[in-house]
Amino acid sequence: MPRTAKLALEDGTIFTGTAFGADGEVDGEVCFNTSMTGYQEILTDPSYRGQIVAMTYPQIGNYGVNAEDVESHRPHLAGFIVREVSRRVSNFRADGDLDGYLKHWGIVGIEGIDTRRLVRRLRIEGVMKGVLSSNDLDDARLVARAKAGPGLIGRDLVREVVPEKPVEWTDPLSPWAKLPADDATSAAPSFNPEPSATGAARPHIVALDYGMKWNIARHLFSLGCRVTILPGTATAAEVESYKPDGVFLSNGPGDPEPLDYAQRTIRDLLGRKPIFGICLGHQLLSLACGAKTYKLKFGHRGANQPVLNHRTGRVEITTQNHGFAVAADSLPELLETTHLNLNDETIEGVRHREYPAFSVQYHPEASAGPHDSDYLFDEFRAMLG
Amino acid sequence: MPRREDIKKILLIGSGPIIIGQACEFDYSGVQACKALKEEGYEVVLVNSNPATIMTDPEMADRTYIEPLTWEIVEKVIEAERPDALLPTLGGQTGLNLAMELHQHGVLEKYGVEMIGADAAVIAKAESRDQFKAAMERIGLEVPLGRTVGSLEEARRAVGEIGLPCVVRPSFTLGGTGSSIAYNREEFDELVQHGLDLSPVNQILLEESVIGWKEFEMEVMRDKDDNCVIICSIENFDAMGVHTGDSITVAPAQTLSDKEYQRMRDASIAVMREIGVETGGSNIQFAINPRNGQMVVIEMNPRVSRSSALASKATGFPIAKIAAKLAVGYRLHELPNDITRETRACFEPTIDYVVTKAPRFAFEKFPEADPTLTTQMKSVGETMAIGRTFKESFQKALRGLEVGSFGFGRDNKDLWDTPEQPTIDEVRSKLVTPGDQRVWHLRYAIKYGMSLEEIHELTGIDPWFLENLVQIVEMENHLDGLGGIDRCDDATLRRAKQYGFSDRQLAVIWKMTELDVRSERKRRGIVATFKSVDTCAAEFEAYTPYYYSTYEDEDEIPPKNPDKKRIMILGGGPNRIGQGIEFDYCCCHASFALRELGIESIMVNSNPETVSTDYDTSDLLFFEPLTTEDVLNICDSVEPDGVIVQFGGQTPLNLARALSNAGVPIIGTSVDMIEDAEDREKFKNILHRLKLKQPAGAIARNMAQARNQVAEVGFPVLVRPSFVLGGRAMEICYDMTQFERFVAVAFVVAQGQPVLIDRFLEDAIEVDVDAIADEEQVIVAGVMEHIEEAGVHSGDSACVIPPHSLSPAMIDEIRQATYALARRLQVRGLMNIQFAVKHEQGRPTLYVLEVNPRASRTVPFVSKATGMPVAKVAAKVMAGESLAEQGIFEEPTPQQFSIKEAVFPFAKFAGIDVVLGPEMKSTGEVMGISESFFIAFAKSQVAAGTVLPTGGKVFISVAQRAKQHVVELARRLERMGFELLATRGTAQRLEQAGIPVLSLMKIQQGHPNAVDFMIDGNLQLVINTPSGKGARTDEGRIRAAAVSHGVPCITTFEGATAAVGAMEALRHEEMTVQAMQDRFPNPSRATATLR
Repeated sequence: MPRTAKLALEDGTIFTGTAFGADGEVDGEVCFNTSMTGYQEILTDPSYRGQIVAMTYPQIGNYGVNAEDVESHRPHLAGFIVREVSRRVSNFRADGDLDGYLKHWGIVGIEGIDTRRLVRRLRIEGVMKGVLSSNDLDDARLVARAKAGPGLIGRDLVREVVPEKPVEWTDPLSPWAKLPADDATSAAPSFNPEPSATGAARPHIVALDYGMKWNIARHLFSLGCRVTILPGTATAAEVESYKPDGVFLSNGPGDPEPLDYAQRTIRDLLGRKPIFGICLGHQLLSLACGAKTYKLKFGHRGANQPVLNHRTGRVEITTQNHGFAVAADSLPELLETTHLNLNDETIEGVRHREYPAFSVQYHPEASAGPHDSDYLFDEFRAMLG
Repeated sequence: MPRREDIKKILLIGSGPIIIGQACEFDYSGVQACKALKEEGYEVVLVNSNPATIMTDPEMADRTYIEPLTWEIVEKVIEAERPDALLPTLGGQTGLNLAMELHQHGVLEKYGVEMIGADAAVIAKAESRDQFKAAMERIGLEVPLGRTVGSLEEARRAVGEIGLPCVVRPSFTLGGTGSSIAYNREEFDELVQHGLDLSPVNQILLEESVIGWKEFEMEVMRDKDDNCVIICSIENFDAMGVHTGDSITVAPAQTLSDKEYQRMRDASIAVMREIGVETGGSNIQFAINPRNGQMVVIEMNPRVSRSSALASKATGFPIAKIAAKLAVGYRLHELPNDITRETRACFEPTIDYVVTKAPRFAFEKFPEADPTLTTQMKSVGETMAIGRTFKESFQKALRGLEVGSFGFGRDNKDLWDTPEQPTIDEVRSKLVTPGDQRVWHLRYAIKYGMSLEEIHELTGIDPWFLENLVQIVEMENHLDGLGGIDRCDDATLRRAKQYGFSDRQLAVIWKMTELDVRSERKRRGIVATFKSVDTCAAEFEAYTPYYYSTYEDEDEIPPKNPDKKRIMILGGGPNRIGQGIEFDYCCCHASFALRELGIESIMVNSNPETVSTDYDTSDLLFFEPLTTEDVLNICDSVEPDGVIVQFGGQTPLNLARALSNAGVPIIGTSVDMIEDAEDREKFKNILHRLKLKQPAGAIARNMAQARNQVAEVGFPVLVRPSFVLGGRAMEICYDMTQFERFVAVAFVVAQGQPVLIDRFLEDAIEVDVDAIADEEQVIVAGVMEHIEEAGVHSGDSACVIPPHSLSPAMIDEIRQATYALARRLQVRGLMNIQFAVKHEQGRPTLYVLEVNPRASRTVPFVSKATGMPVAKVAAKVMAGESLAEQGIFEEPTPQQFSIKEAVFPFAKFAGIDVVLGPEMKSTGEVMGISESFFIAFAKSQVAAGTVLPTGGKVFISVAQRAKQHVVELARRLERMGFELLATRGTAQRLEQAGIPVLSLMKIQQGHPNAVDFMIDGNLQLVINTPSGKGARTDEGRIRAAAVSHGVPCITTFEGATAAVGAMEALRHEEMTVQAMQDRFPNPSRATATLR
């Protein structure tokens, strides 16, 4: 028997649909993602901490879930909204279905609502706080709870997703990440699942994990590097104690501004070690250099965002997932804009004019999404000497 | 980067007549390209032989040549126009091949014409199987194992390596022409030979079969800076083995995880780069092994294609327009996304709905053809539907097909629970062999309780698709179980609508009327909502008013502007034989006319190939099936001030009565009058009162009646079932034996309706008239004399404007009859009349065969022949602007002969007879223009692909009735130096007249026979008029052999006479070319000089 679920927005809008996944009630910031594939990667991306994510593509769950296509050890988002969940899974790699997966991880889902209406509402009004419930369906109470929700601004969500202790990463990229020919024809060392045994000669990257997607670690490892993952709360001294050749700043959830500890660490490392940041890591690097960040009206979440690379003049189609951005008018002289979003001309990448440090707002590690920006890992690798 | 300044004038080549595999989509892409290039200030020169296209309207290009698409003719255009560049990638395979021929003959080099978009080397690399395979191997992509061979012997050697079954693909053909799957040795030899014959370079590829794998397509665009984007992914519902044009296809891909999707994306871009398509759009096909994800590249089209048109309509991204701009130097991110305005064209569209395309077949027209679906395309049209889920879009697509089904079963065509219900074994066999009826048998299989796994095993269709079909059937069974709409709660009813169930299906399930379902659901507030197609899943505001219906909460239609009138045009739906691009042309013109009058135009259509479904053709576009329910839903939402049903062919006319009854304001000629013209009795009375003649006729309800009546009417008679369109089962009978046989067939086809028996006017000249009428005036826009005698369907007959053999007095009589009929039927807008002129008692007598107060198939041809935009003028009349207000008082008088010739799909259906008759079989048309009738005819033949020979051997075999005239014809051929061959009867006759002739055996008698000469490539022309019909008759086999060996075959005596005249004319006169703009120098000449 289908169970009813409701989504209430802080502006009083109620969507009534059918519950799937786990039973329960969650609150969070309601946002939307326009990727047509990659729901499992999205579910397991720690950057979605504190958010209820609506997929704009209406048919979700078609190819099921599997053990490989994950970006962390579990789903992180607060709730999941789709138009229709597939009752049957069709893919040779699938080992489960979406409904069961969400049940297993206790994620509340709703299906059967007019997701396009929701998206239009969020686009016009901006992202909103909301509550998703399959427990209590009282509209007034749900709306009240939505209004009372903490939201994302000024909140430190990173501490909820950082790893407990340092680990060494040793998983290469999935064989799906590249065409077979890339091995044969390109001299770039970017795809090297079996790094040479001379481990000592490999550059060492310390990745500061603020909620890092595993595909970043897989990329770094597949560069032929030794990869040590530290909690994003680590200090510069802690980082340096690992004698890294380079420091990577990961993606992560929420507002970068309250993360003063992270900014401090980066400031201390800047100029001492080559730095590469992605998404939240990009925002933190920018903040550390004196820029400001602000909250976007409804963010960029999808796998089709065009980014102009100023240095090559070429466009990359990128995966993005961010609700905050670096303010262009706040950019210090020391930072050069290297990448620009062609949709709304927000900053997508910066480079330090003096030190070996650069970052991008988007996700070159893709997963889910296009592989157009792999080269950034190679550029980082080149900085490591 | 700015656009290129070093080129000023660009040549575009169209795709010629509509044929299977190449339809309206290239008019759509060509129109977009013309507009895009003109917008940039380039001078555009266009060549196309198809007059029924919007692109050949004189406003579209700067210089428009409606001329045959051969390299020799296009060289003349190049010589006259001296273009700087040729854009070869927007005119389909025809345009691409022609560009290659121009290159190979040194024409481009001679005149310094640069190929832009893709050059000759790139095209060769993509099109040549060997080069393509080598290229794929270089980038490490797998391709099915394959070998290119040039002879049967080579093929036999190669197949040992590849194994059977294997795919046989001729090189350089389009729509997979000649492509097939060989399962055993015997078939193999036959299919290889057929393939070699069809390839213009006598080359075929033998390819490892990946039948049963999943099939995908990617639409890619690339600019000169190597920016690449994927516009759309498409997943085929039918597995590999069925040509993608014949498959149900779905966008976006449904069963690929992101990992697999991105790998395919990487591969697509790698292919694009390796092949080197510099700028523009390409289409790449992949097969995926469902068991392990193994991916192989099947092929690439380095040009816009049918799939790119589909992708454009499915996403809202105008691929052809952008491709044209990229070709002149722009980069993707320098071009705006028209739909969002704020964002750029450099992005990948994301969609929040599911698109289903379904093919429309015409096997009923070719009963001898093999309806098995293979790697050669056989469908003649397609419909596309948009829904929020696959279930919804799938059911909408099936009702959009207009084949009498209103979804996935539970409609008039449903055989379940009827005496004809197929047995489970029959269902299994239909599932195993893909055919046009397979989709319906999927439902029967589910109804029989066959497991999803078994259905998957039998069909190769992905379980995800099947699961959704199962859910539809489960819903159907559930609704059945409820027993009535009053026992169905609102939530379930809404869910049924969300599953795509039509009111008609619900009405059948609950044994009520469709309108009762409609009013009950509206009472409950379950109404269609309209959502936009915006390329971005609502991430940005969309400005393009392109909508589809679904059952959701929010409707996105903007409120009606109270100061503006809005008029809705109903389109023609999927192309089919008898209803194709001509009607789309008319609908587009109606829209242009309304916009010129400041009226908001609303287009409703379901055909993704068309110009009418381009988002900037009309003010509002609804991509919807053309059914009463869907149209009424739109009317509820947009409240049109008028609806035009007379321009989209039979499709909207079939809806007229129901719409009118529902209170929809139909404008133009009234529905009553349209029906009067179709009602036999009423029409008879009308003609009687107007003192116009009609062939004797009668109605028979049974065989006995039929026998009685034929005695009264007298032989020969034309027999046809009533209420059946396009001349289905229409036959001419000369004697009682034929009559008995055909009447029996007609009764079967008529399905309980009576059969009509009309006197057939033998040796009569048929005449078509298109006219426009308002309250004060009737303007005859064109009088067309058919080349073939009456009895050949008017759509299949060649015809000429102005008439070349009718006397002025007869033409005047035709005019007067037209005026009288237009006034009597109170025509407001277009009408078409078919007349026949028969010599009786020494003088010509005029008969009226048929009157249709609506746009006809010939409207675009008449417009191009006279320079008068007939459809536009008529639409304005319908919208309230009289002919006088438009400045039209006189009829156009063309100064040249314009000949329309029909083009047939016989080559796609191996072995069928090619005889013309009362049942229409052509898919497209071409036009030849000249001051000389015979040169115009020659051009029309060349344009239709019939190369009239200048020397060699001609085989003549004519029916008894024509033998008296054959001597004269043979003498003229002999005088031109042709060697004549004939079977004994004809040969004797010629010998008696002193004409040298080689007498041949009939095929079953032995050798030498005509087919032997064809096989040796030693026969240049066949003139074979039928005495009997059918692929199994001797003459039928000769005609079929001629088609498969590419020997021109003329099957009517009149056609042969015209052809011989043309061959004589060509001896002392050359074909010349002239731009439309020079024929009609003042764009508004038609109206201006008539003032």
